[in-house]
Amino acid sequence: MHNNSSMRTPLGHVRGLGSARSGTGHFWLQRVTAVANVILAMAFVVIVLALVGKPYDAAMALLSHPVVALLMLLFVASGLIHMRLGMQTIIEDYVHGEGTKVLAVMGNTFFTVAVGAASVLAILKIAFGG
Amino acid sequence: MAEFNLPKNSRITEGQRWPAPVGARNTTEFRVYRWNPDDKANPRVDTYTVDRDDCGPMVLDALIWIKNKVDPTLTFRRSCREGICGSCAMNMDGKNGLACTTGIDECGGHKGGKAAKVAIHPLPHMPVIKDLVPDLTRFYAQHASIEPWLKTTTPAPEKEWQQSKDDREKLDGLYECILCACCSTSCPSYWWNGDRYLGPAVLLQAYRWLIDSRDEATGERLDTLEDPFRLYRCHTIMNCANACPKGLNPAKAIAEIKKMMVVRQV
Repeated sequence: MHNNSSMRTPLGHVRGLGSARSGTGHFWLQRVTAVANVILAMAFVVIVLALVGKPYDAAMALLSHPVVALLMLLFVASGLIHMRLGMQTIIEDYVHGEGTKVLAVMGNTFFTVAVGAASVLAILKIAFGG
Repeated sequence: MAEFNLPKNSRITEGQRWPAPVGARNTTEFRVYRWNPDDKANPRVDTYTVDRDDCGPMVLDALIWIKNKVDPTLTFRRSCREGICGSCAMNMDGKNGLACTTGIDECGGHKGGKAAKVAIHPLPHMPVIKDLVPDLTRFYAQHASIEPWLKTTTPAPEKEWQQSKDDREKLDGLYECILCACCSTSCPSYWWNGDRYLGPAVLLQAYRWLIDSRDEATGERLDTLEDPFRLYRCHTIMNCANACPKGLNPAKAIAEIKKMMVVRQV
């Protein structure tokens, strides 16, 4: 994108392709999911603690309770959105090749969707009686 | 990817050890980064012994002493020698600051006692023109890109644009910036993405105009800043506030810009 050997003026170089007019959505969603994660992670810890030492059937019974299943779904969704946004920031920080950056950002989304879909499927399967 | 090794021609070698001044009893050793674009050699670190009884208390005094008495080829910028021009910004014992307002004995971990050794390098991660002189062309272009002047559509009043006392006070902590680049060149985000991230100094300046009650281009200014790289590379690392020789807090100004961005959307 940027060619240091070009005869472009420094100001032209800095202005580049202009502002993306975005980024605030990303920033805000990361904060929103961070707050959601505080609440949902606490619920998750409580659920896990409630399962300590319980047999398989009791665990299945608890996880198939609608409120518990809903909390688990929300925790997975919020956590994964937060993870994807954070990882994208790290990629943008450190990966500078245009091609590798696009691939990394894409792979980040694929990974998140795959983990999310598998988690949701598992939670729903338990919730609806396996 | 981020680079973990310096390119071969940037690796620093051990330079010359200049003779200590004869008869000096109160001395401090200065290890100074040297690079000359004309000799095609790698950068080196020269060692100078400064006679503290013959030299002022500040790092700039020592550099001027070296240039006058030992090695006239040592190159650095300086002008006002009182912390208002920002010319002598450099890295002293690992911390960016102004050589003219940094005491020799304040450098690094020497606070309180007398410094035995002080390392002097140019501002980090900028192209070097010579020795301690960094190339700030891009930094200045970034400053120009935020259009640091009052923009109005309303016809100019016969006298001056008026501003309440309260609104004027909002510029305190912002207008004092002298654009020395100590903050921007201490920022890892600016090191890795300085070609697209505007950096703390320029964003503090941008906020100075965003918050000016007389300015009528706030929305357009926010438009040009709203960018994952120009603005949102700031991860509140806070090196900027730590480095600022004027005691300003660019990270806070950037956080205020982000707040403005959210306020106009949510």
